[in-house]
Amino acid sequence: MIKVTNVHKNFKEVKAVNGIDLHIQPGQYVALLGPNGAGKTTLVEMIEGLQHPDVGEIQIMEKRWKDHQEELHRIIGLSLQETRFVDKLSVLETLRLFASFYGLGGKRIQEILDLVNLEEKKKSFVVNLSGGQRQRLALGIALLNEPEILLLDEPTTGLDPTARREIWDILKSLKSSNNTTMILTTHYMDEAAYLCDKIVIMDSGKILAEGTLEQLLSKHKKGEVISFETNGPIPPDQLPGGDKIIKSVIEPVANKGEIIIEDLVSYLPSFLEFIKNQNLVLTSLECRKMTLDDLFIAMTGRHLNQ
Amino acid sequence: MIQQLSQLIGMHLKEFFREPGIIFWAILFPILMAWGLGTAFTKKNELIRTVALVDKQNTLSAREDFGRFFTGINPEKTAPLTKKIGNEKLGITTYKFERSSWEEAITMLKRGKISMVMELVEDSVKYHFDPVNPEAQLAYLQINGAFNDNNKTNQSDNISPLTQTGTRYIDFLVPGLMAMGVMMSCMWGISYSLIDKRMKKLLRRMVATPMRKSSFLIAQFVSRLLLNFFESALLLLFAYLYFDTNIQGSWLALILILIAGNMAFTGIAILVSCRTANTQVGNGLINLVVMPMMVLSGIFFSYHNFPDWIVSVIQKFPLTILADNIRSIFIEGAGLVEMGVPLLVLTGIGVVTFLSGLKVYKWY
Repeated sequence: MIKVTNVHKNFKEVKAVNGIDLHIQPGQYVALLGPNGAGKTTLVEMIEGLQHPDVGEIQIMEKRWKDHQEELHRIIGLSLQETRFVDKLSVLETLRLFASFYGLGGKRIQEILDLVNLEEKKKSFVVNLSGGQRQRLALGIALLNEPEILLLDEPTTGLDPTARREIWDILKSLKSSNNTTMILTTHYMDEAAYLCDKIVIMDSGKILAEGTLEQLLSKHKKGEVISFETNGPIPPDQLPGGDKIIKSVIEPVANKGEIIIEDLVSYLPSFLEFIKNQNLVLTSLECRKMTLDDLFIAMTGRHLNQ
Repeated sequence: MIQQLSQLIGMHLKEFFREPGIIFWAILFPILMAWGLGTAFTKKNELIRTVALVDKQNTLSAREDFGRFFTGINPEKTAPLTKKIGNEKLGITTYKFERSSWEEAITMLKRGKISMVMELVEDSVKYHFDPVNPEAQLAYLQINGAFNDNNKTNQSDNISPLTQTGTRYIDFLVPGLMAMGVMMSCMWGISYSLIDKRMKKLLRRMVATPMRKSSFLIAQFVSRLLLNFFESALLLLFAYLYFDTNIQGSWLALILILIAGNMAFTGIAILVSCRTANTQVGNGLINLVVMPMMVLSGIFFSYHNFPDWIVSVIQKFPLTILADNIRSIFIEGAGLVEMGVPLLVLTGIGVVTFLSGLKVYKWY
C-alpha cells in the first residue's frame, strides 16, 4: 500500500530523516513512535506530499506525488500536528468548506458529525471548542472523503485521558468497519500499543525497530527493569554485574536511575549489596517487565517523551 | 468548482463580518475620517484666534482711538478684549487679545497658543510674528487692515468664494479616501489573512485536499472586491448625504477603475505575503508598501508641492494612479475614454504581481 524506499531529508545541517525504508500493507494500523525531533512528522509529511524527499522514493498504491497529485489527494485523509481552523466559523461550516473541496454533500457531513460525536456542537464556533473537540473536528475532516489511507500526526497530544480515549474509540471502530490503512505518529507508547498492529520506533531520523508489540518486546531480548531512587549520588561506572546489564541509565542530579537486566532474580541481591556498600539508602524501588518505553531506553538511553 | 468557490468566498466574508473590530476599522473608520477632516477643513465660519497684547506704557487707556478698536474694554482690565473681523462670505474670525507681559507672550508663542504678538507703543502698533507662518501672516493682514480702518479691501464685492460642488476640500478628500480604503483593505485584509492562515497551518491543510489553489486565491480576490464595494458605497453615501458630494463623471468608469485598483492591490498583497509565516514580519512588509503611498500619493493633500522629480515618481505609485483617476471621475467629470490607460496599468500591475507571487508562493 505504502512503500518508502531509502528516504533522506535534511534541513540545513539537521538530518531530519536519514535513510528510511518502510512497507505498509493494506488495512494495517501503523504507529510511528519516537520522541520529539525523531523525524516522525517529516516522514509523515513526505508521505502526505507536503514535503519532498531529498533522496529516495515514496510510492502510495504504486503512485508517486509528482505524477498523481490530484488522485492521491482524493484517497488520503490527514490531520496535521496542531492545525487551527478559522476561529469564527462553526463546526458545520468548517465541514461544509472542506466537503466542497471533495465535492461532497450534506449526507456525508451528517455522517461525520455522528461519527466524531460533534452533532451537539455543530453550531459552535471553532474558537469555542475544547482541545478534544477540535481534534475530533480535525479527525472528522480527515475522514470526510472516506480515505483509504489515513495519516494522523499526533492526534491526541495535549489531550486529557478521556478526550484521548474518545479519539481511540473512533479509530478502533473505523478499523472494524472500513479497511482503512492508517499511519499515526505519537510519543505515547500506550496509544501505539492499543491502536496499532505495527509499531515503528524512530529516533534521530532512523528506524530503530519495527514489528508488533510482542515481536518488539521479545525480539529485543527478554528483559526486566529495576527503577530506583536513592538519597545520594550513584557512581554509574561501579554498578555490579557489568555484562549482565543490558542498559543502565543513571540521572546524577535527580539521584535516580533505571537498570535493564536479563534476569532480575539473580541480579537484585548484588544490586542491594552495592547500594549498601555505597552508604546509600533506597528511597524508592520498582521492578517490572519491560515496556516499550524501556525498550526505547534500552536502544537509545533516553525516555520516549523527553 | 462553483461549490468550492462559493464556500471559500463565504468563509472570507463570514470571517470578516463576525469580527466587530474589523468592521469598525475597515468600514466606519474611513467614514469617520471623512467626517473629521471634511468638517475641519470645510466649515470656516466659527474661527477664534488668540493674539498676545503687550501694552507696557498703558497706551490703551491713554489713547481713545486705540481703545475704540477693541470690544470689551473696561478700566479694571478684567474682561478679555475681542474684535470680530471679516464678513459673511469669508467667514468671521473672532480675535481674542490676551493682555500679557513680553515674557508671557513669548512663552505662549513657544507653546503654539498664539502665533502673533501685538505690541502697543505710544503712537503706533508693532506686530511680532514669524513671516513664513501663514496663519500669523493672515492675522497680521486682517488686524492691521481693521486697525487702519482700510477695511475696504476686505469688503466682499470682489470676492466670490468657491463653494460649488467639486472645488471644496471634501471633494478632493473623498475620492482619495476611497482609493486608500481599497489599498488598506486589500493589503491588510488579504496579506494578513494569508499569513495568518499559513501560520495556523490552515493553508497547508487546505492544499492537502483536492482544493484548487486558483479557487482559493480567486475567492480571496472576489470576497475582498465585494467588501470594498460595500465600503466604498457607504463612504460615498455618507459623503453625499452629509457633504452633498456627487459624481460628475461616468459611474461605469468608476466601477471599472475600482475593480482595476482591487486587482492591483490584491496582486501586491499576494506578492507581499508569498513567503512569510510570521505576522510581525508581515506587519513590517505591509507597512513598507503602504506607508510611503499613504503619505505621498496625495490622499489628504496634493502632492504637487513636492519637487518635480519626486512628483514624477509619485505619479507612478498605484495608489496615486487610483486616487487621481477616481478624483477625475468625481470632480472633473471624466469618463471611460480617460480611464483607458490607468485601467490597463492597474490591471497590469495586478496580473504581474499576482503571477510572480504565485510562482514563489509558499503554501506549506
